[in-house]
Amino acid sequence: MVLVLAIGDLHIPHRAPDLPAKFKSMLVPGKIQHILCTGNLCIKEVHDYLKSLCPDLHITRGEYDEDVRYPENKTLTIGQFKLGLCHGHQIIPWGDLDSLAMLQRQLDVDILVTGHTHQFKAYKHEGGVVINPGSATGAYSSITYDVNPSFVLMDIDGLRVVVYVYELIDGEVKVDKIDFKKTATTQSTH
Amino acid sequence: MLTDAEDEEKWLAEGIAGIQHNAFYMHRALDSNDLRAALRYSVQMLSELRTSLLSPNKYYELYMRAFDELRKLEMFFREETARDAISIVELYELVQHAGNILPRLYLLCTVGSVYIKLKEAPGKDVLKDLVEMCRGIQHPVRGLFLRSYLCQISRDKLTGIGSHFEGDADLINDAVEFVLQNFTEMNKLWVRLQHQGLTREKDKREKERGQLRDLVGKNLHVLSQIEGIDLDMYKETVLPRVLEQVVNCKDELAQHYLMDCIIQVFPDEYHLQTLETLLTAFPQLQPTVDTKVVLSRLMERLSIYAASSTEVLPEFLQVEAFAKLSNAIGKVIEAQVDMPIVGAITLYVSLLTFALRVHPDRLDYVDQVLGACVKKLSGKAKLEDTKATKQIVALLSAPLEKYNDIATALKLPNYPRVMDHLDNGTNKVMAVVIIQSIMKSNTSISSADKVEALFELIKGLIKDTDGAQDDELDEEEFKEEQNSVARLINMLHNDDPEEMLKIICTVKKHLILGGPKRLAFTIPSLIFSALKLVRHLHGQDGDAIGEEVAATPKKIFQIVHQTIEALASVPSPELALRLYLQCAEAANDCDLEPVTYGFFTQAFVLYEEEVADSKAQVTAIHLIIGTLQRMNVFGVENRDTLTHKATGYSAKLLKKLDQCRAVYACSHLFWVDEQDGIRDGERVLLCLKRALRIANAAQQMANVTRGSSGPVILFVEILNKYLYFFERGNPQITSSLIQDLIDLIKTETQSDSTSDPSANAFFACTLRYIEFQKQKGGAMGEKYEPIKA
Repeated sequence: MVLVLAIGDLHIPHRAPDLPAKFKSMLVPGKIQHILCTGNLCIKEVHDYLKSLCPDLHITRGEYDEDVRYPENKTLTIGQFKLGLCHGHQIIPWGDLDSLAMLQRQLDVDILVTGHTHQFKAYKHEGGVVINPGSATGAYSSITYDVNPSFVLMDIDGLRVVVYVYELIDGEVKVDKIDFKKTATTQSTH
Repeated sequence: MLTDAEDEEKWLAEGIAGIQHNAFYMHRALDSNDLRAALRYSVQMLSELRTSLLSPNKYYELYMRAFDELRKLEMFFREETARDAISIVELYELVQHAGNILPRLYLLCTVGSVYIKLKEAPGKDVLKDLVEMCRGIQHPVRGLFLRSYLCQISRDKLTGIGSHFEGDADLINDAVEFVLQNFTEMNKLWVRLQHQGLTREKDKREKERGQLRDLVGKNLHVLSQIEGIDLDMYKETVLPRVLEQVVNCKDELAQHYLMDCIIQVFPDEYHLQTLETLLTAFPQLQPTVDTKVVLSRLMERLSIYAASSTEVLPEFLQVEAFAKLSNAIGKVIEAQVDMPIVGAITLYVSLLTFALRVHPDRLDYVDQVLGACVKKLSGKAKLEDTKATKQIVALLSAPLEKYNDIATALKLPNYPRVMDHLDNGTNKVMAVVIIQSIMKSNTSISSADKVEALFELIKGLIKDTDGAQDDELDEEEFKEEQNSVARLINMLHNDDPEEMLKIICTVKKHLILGGPKRLAFTIPSLIFSALKLVRHLHGQDGDAIGEEVAATPKKIFQIVHQTIEALASVPSPELALRLYLQCAEAANDCDLEPVTYGFFTQAFVLYEEEVADSKAQVTAIHLIIGTLQRMNVFGVENRDTLTHKATGYSAKLLKKLDQCRAVYACSHLFWVDEQDGIRDGERVLLCLKRALRIANAAQQMANVTRGSSGPVILFVEILNKYLYFFERGNPQITSSLIQDLIDLIKTETQSDSTSDPSANAFFACTLRYIEFQKQKGGAMGEKYEPIKA
């Protein structure tokens, strides 16, 4: 069992002063094995904070990130799953599902994690999973109105992944989960 | 030759031997009930205490030996009188025959204590007699120990349950009188001790004297334990007499210790009720006395007392404790001209702590303390003294910690004035502390006035201070400071749009002063704050409100426009461009076409004139296309102008790869699902064909320069775009067009063995997707039918 945190679009300090306290108390060092961050942290202090939660930190570049060394996209393999990571501002139209599916094909991944829209999403698509962890701070977005802070935890176990979505609504944390089983046919053919 | 210390050891050993020797014979005499012999040996034993050779420390050792023996003698006296072998009066007479005064007085005290216990004579006469007779010893060390013995043996008779004096006012008066007199005499001896011996040994002597202080202080302990002393007596007799002695002795060591002792041993309730008397003593102490420590302790005790029960609070108000303390501190600072600044500030810190604990509701007290501090600091520009600086930080932090709410500190007019006296570095640290306090308590600052006051407090972070040198600047630290300001801006909020607009204007006014190096950090937060307000206004359907309303989206967009302009001129073109695009989206949502167009124009001008880096151009162009794709406010003409420009920029990117991707992204500008008016299939195809031509060119270039096939992946990407529009029913994208491209890619991948594996995987995925769509059946499956993967 491997826990993977997907988080992004924090936009600290431009649009939010900090992560919600409730999230901070949930995210403690030592529990998470990998972090996938879609980008727009935007500053070093946030990078350092994520690193303190888990040293295996993967970040792609958002358009407001001060660190220009983050790559545009990234793929990695965790257990039986191939994961792809991209901020998403490069994928036009923004948040468009079919365009994201194209990126999923291009990166040839089982799970695609993107951000930018600040709207959390987790759905099965063409035998894979597409996830948007939303904005962890509930940052202002011109794409999505009334953003609730959210992040995603993936529990990867063999051919199965359980995706938990944590959303902060009126001060209360709400959890949703979707279950996904990878079948042999969706496995990469090479 | 022996050293002084070795000499002393030798003398002490001799003294102890003398005591032990005589004690031995005394015991033998006691065992055989030979009173006279016992007295003779005890006199000889006590004669050892007549030595002047020992330091107080060593003398103490000797004294303790004798003391133990005297206890035994006292027991004997008690037994003898009890079995009527001798009357106490006779005994009292008898011991007076001792030839030497010191042994005689020790014996008299010993008999005296039995005398009082037997209640044969009024105790007060005996005590009075003893305390008077002890004047006979004027040698400081010998006198101190003798009187200490007197104090020790009388103690259990004066205090506690079964006290011989309890319940009778006159008797209590006598007891008090006795202790006070003994205290006075002991203190005099103690003070006089410093004048004994060589001047060069003064330091050593003061140290020795310090070790004797508890002998003197014990009298105060005894006083505090006499149960009959009520507040009136304490107020009328005890405190004035003790203070008189303390003030008059004019001795630094004694004054410091005894003031402290008074505060420690007597009840807080008494202190509160006699505050004025107690405090009057402080300015009269020697200038070298460290009054701040003692006063701080007094305030500390009183504040703990105040916290002990709500019932005592009215007392504090009644006696005007704060005013009295404040007054006394002022006088002490005035009287002690040479007191270093750190001392004065430490006193203010204690007073402030007192005020915060005892009168948390009295902000005026807090400000009064800060004001006094400002007055003390006036005339000095910046503090250089690090210890004093530390105290100022403590002074300024205390209200923040107490109220956990910066809004309270903002109400204190003297707060920023105190901050002004901090050096630039500390001033900034303090400003960061203030910001962190706001973050921690999660309080929003909800009015323009408060924001104004807050920016006055943190101005060290907001703009360059005079004399600050750039080269000293630690870049990392500067970044952190500015980021904390940016975080803070998120906390400045009011739900009322009018007030919020005022807040935004106030923040803008201050931030603009920050100079080029700060704007890039702070402006984005302000812009997003303004855009949130726009959305708020838009959400509440503000158009219906009358014309005199200041907070309209238009007005806010003007402010935002100017602000981003300032950022662009820093120059910080990439950030400014992003913010313009954000504004364009917000203006689009408000249905303001000219404003939206204006923002796009600004973004395009920046792109053309300022964004030079090719990588930055790629990101910028994607943001431009992405934003423009979402616009629905534009009429045909404006939209055409902007899409034309965007496509033009895309085709002019440096790398073919980037060109190709940007150009096919532009195809989305002509086909928007959500907008019926924008479904221009022909121009979509034009874009994609143009992208295809660029991909071809890229391939030829690769052949020429590297001898390899070019980026096949671009063809696969364009194929996916074909499929995208094909599925959406763009009539220009036909199945044969798709088939041609598939075949083209197949030849490319087969002809080149060194082809890119990721391109192959992508292509395989795409073909699988086509199969998947075919198998789905229905209309889509039918549509896909002619295509052969």
